[in-house]
Amino acid sequence: MANLDTALPPLTERSTILRWLRKNLFGSWLDSLLTIVGLLIVYWALKGFLTWAFTAAEWRVVSANLRLLMIGQYPIEQVGRLWLWLAFLVFLTGTSFGIWARQSRFAVGVLMLPAVLALVFPFEGAARTWLLALTVIGVAGWLGGRTKPEVLKRSVIAGWVIALPIIILLTHGFSESTTGFWAVAKTNLWGGLLLTFLLTVVAILFSFPLGVLLALGRRSELPAVRWFSVLYIELVRGVPLITILFMAQLMLPLFLPEGMTIDRVLRAMVGITLFSAAYLAENVRGGLQAIPKGQYEAAQALGLSGAQTMIFIILPQALRLIIPILVGQFIAVFKDTALVAIVGLLDLVGIAKTVLAQPEFLGLQREVYVFISLIYWVLSYGMSYLSQRLEERLGVGKR
Amino acid sequence: MRKIFAITGILIVAGLVLAACGGAATSAPSGSGETVTVKETVIVTVVAPASPAVVAPTGYGVTLETVKARGNLICGVNSQVPGFGYVDANGNFSGFDVDYCRALAAAIFGDPTKVEFRPVTAAERFTALQSGEIDILSRNTTWTLVRDTELGGNFVHTTFYDGQGMMVPADSGITTLQDLEGGTICVQTGTTTELNLADVMASLGVSYTPAVFEDADATFAAYSEGRCDAVTTDKSGLVSRRTVLADPAAHVILDVTMSKEPLGPMVRHGDDQWFDIAQWTVFALFAGEEFGITSANVDEVKASATAPEVKRLLGLEGDLGLKLGLTNDWAYNILKLVGNYEEVYNRNLGPDTPTYIPRGLNNLYINGGLLYAPPFR
Repeated sequence: MANLDTALPPLTERSTILRWLRKNLFGSWLDSLLTIVGLLIVYWALKGFLTWAFTAAEWRVVSANLRLLMIGQYPIEQVGRLWLWLAFLVFLTGTSFGIWARQSRFAVGVLMLPAVLALVFPFEGAARTWLLALTVIGVAGWLGGRTKPEVLKRSVIAGWVIALPIIILLTHGFSESTTGFWAVAKTNLWGGLLLTFLLTVVAILFSFPLGVLLALGRRSELPAVRWFSVLYIELVRGVPLITILFMAQLMLPLFLPEGMTIDRVLRAMVGITLFSAAYLAENVRGGLQAIPKGQYEAAQALGLSGAQTMIFIILPQALRLIIPILVGQFIAVFKDTALVAIVGLLDLVGIAKTVLAQPEFLGLQREVYVFISLIYWVLSYGMSYLSQRLEERLGVGKR
Repeated sequence: MRKIFAITGILIVAGLVLAACGGAATSAPSGSGETVTVKETVIVTVVAPASPAVVAPTGYGVTLETVKARGNLICGVNSQVPGFGYVDANGNFSGFDVDYCRALAAAIFGDPTKVEFRPVTAAERFTALQSGEIDILSRNTTWTLVRDTELGGNFVHTTFYDGQGMMVPADSGITTLQDLEGGTICVQTGTTTELNLADVMASLGVSYTPAVFEDADATFAAYSEGRCDAVTTDKSGLVSRRTVLADPAAHVILDVTMSKEPLGPMVRHGDDQWFDIAQWTVFALFAGEEFGITSANVDEVKASATAPEVKRLLGLEGDLGLKLGLTNDWAYNILKLVGNYEEVYNRNLGPDTPTYIPRGLNNLYINGGLLYAPPFR
């Protein structure tokens, strides 16, 4: 009789790639057949694309215009300012990962991304150095966050709060003189991914509080507030974003007093923000409706005021519920910013179109559009993945 | 911070409601019966540029003053037409229409870099001009009566005579419209292009089979598949469409013009001085070519000029520049810093560029074209 001490532990399969393949793809002859047929279909579908991508495609259009696609006509003298805020963002991200996602492999992957980009894409020398530096800065932040989480927590949160003003200030510049590192870079020179990013970030950050206010307004007992919110939401949701952008770019200048002009980029930012707020309001309202009445009554019984109930009891629960919808909306905003190309701004799509008009790169539509699609996809998927991790952490759908 | 956001947000919302109400009023009545008054108001607001509330400050000399005070010229351009307006890999605007803006800046400031280029779309270009967002529009815009009057602009002299052209495969051996006898021609239906084609071919007595398509993409797709012997649309359009074809070099644009599409810069109504400056900038480009003055030899010519008109043009005699409100070396600066019409044309649309368009009508009158500068005196 075997001794208890020598009893073998339950069999656990060592998961190797081969085992995994055998188990999942070649479990039976039918599975094997399906796998082979599936692979053939994938091969057949991708073959054309891959052949084109690796042999026929002229990627030099992208490499020659990489700077244009990234930052548009942003003055080269002041590009360092963009790197500064990017470094600040990466540092914050690294530290945040260190504090709140200590074990995450995803975090490490994100921090390595700049270095990978620097090695894969043909950036200019300075840009490559900066990208490598970004990874170093990010990893430094990550290590810092891991070792001293409690000390850094408050400063990191403060850092995130002032991030947007810093980004805008650095991008715009503030020096009166027309040259030099701190000179103002006019918004008509902002372009490419930089403009897409700024439009998205501003729209998301401003439409969120606005949307929450509108959602609360729609449920308000004050008729004026309620009707205003309803009117606003229904009016804005009733028209396509492109009409709002046209309104902002074409009609607004005619209504303004003599000689007064509002910056075009600002107009686009306000337009997208107002549009997105209407949708967010309805998303938030959906979340609010999902909170059982008992929660309100319990809060009331505890003696909380209406505002306190909202801020401490209802909104935290409602917003947690709608994270997937919110992220969906944010991704939609990100992609919707492409519409500004139609009203003459040179965002990622706009700059792609002008790159395609360069005589030396005529007819290379596929290369350019595949490249910017890839950028859109990577960033959208990044947002989506981040939200999934956030949901896991907050236990959405489990509690 | 959030509080400030929220307050700003509320202000923005308040502002939008005002604007949105206006928007609702304009769009709502189109369906109902008693819309006449409302509709008229709308049209007045949008189109009538003469109403003072709508227009940027104008009046004799105001634009030049504004431009000088600002220190640069704001030029509305296209950013998506090969050869005419686009951003090159270094981030600089380039193209035929763009170079005109540079010439104007050279005339005003003696510095062709003092231009801020503002990409404007076809839809917003006239609004941008009216509202004063741009000082001048130089964006392949066809000169028509309605645009010259109702849209509140004045067209400066035409800089590029576009017109309907014909594209054929280079190896087809077709060089004239007569060579297309019995052939098939791809054309977009329901356009003036189709009617022009019929008129021109009838007057030449050439019989052909039109292959008509609903939209431009389908038209050119059919052509690239070899379903017709030739395809027709505006020449500048042919040039950009050719770029999308599998082998752009295998197609040529014939040296024929079948319709009138005069493209030129446009300025706001109400400032004649500005109009004159823009107009004579075009003429200075023409005159430079006519007198053989290029950016390379302008200094030489200036040193040895004997012809009175050349002397006046380059500011050696008289005070033509001062009369325009500029300095006397305005034309010298244009020719020195940007070049004459031929140089500008060849740089962007010449035989050495991928966007080659034969000069055709865009030639000096002495070479059988339409470019003719009034005397500089």
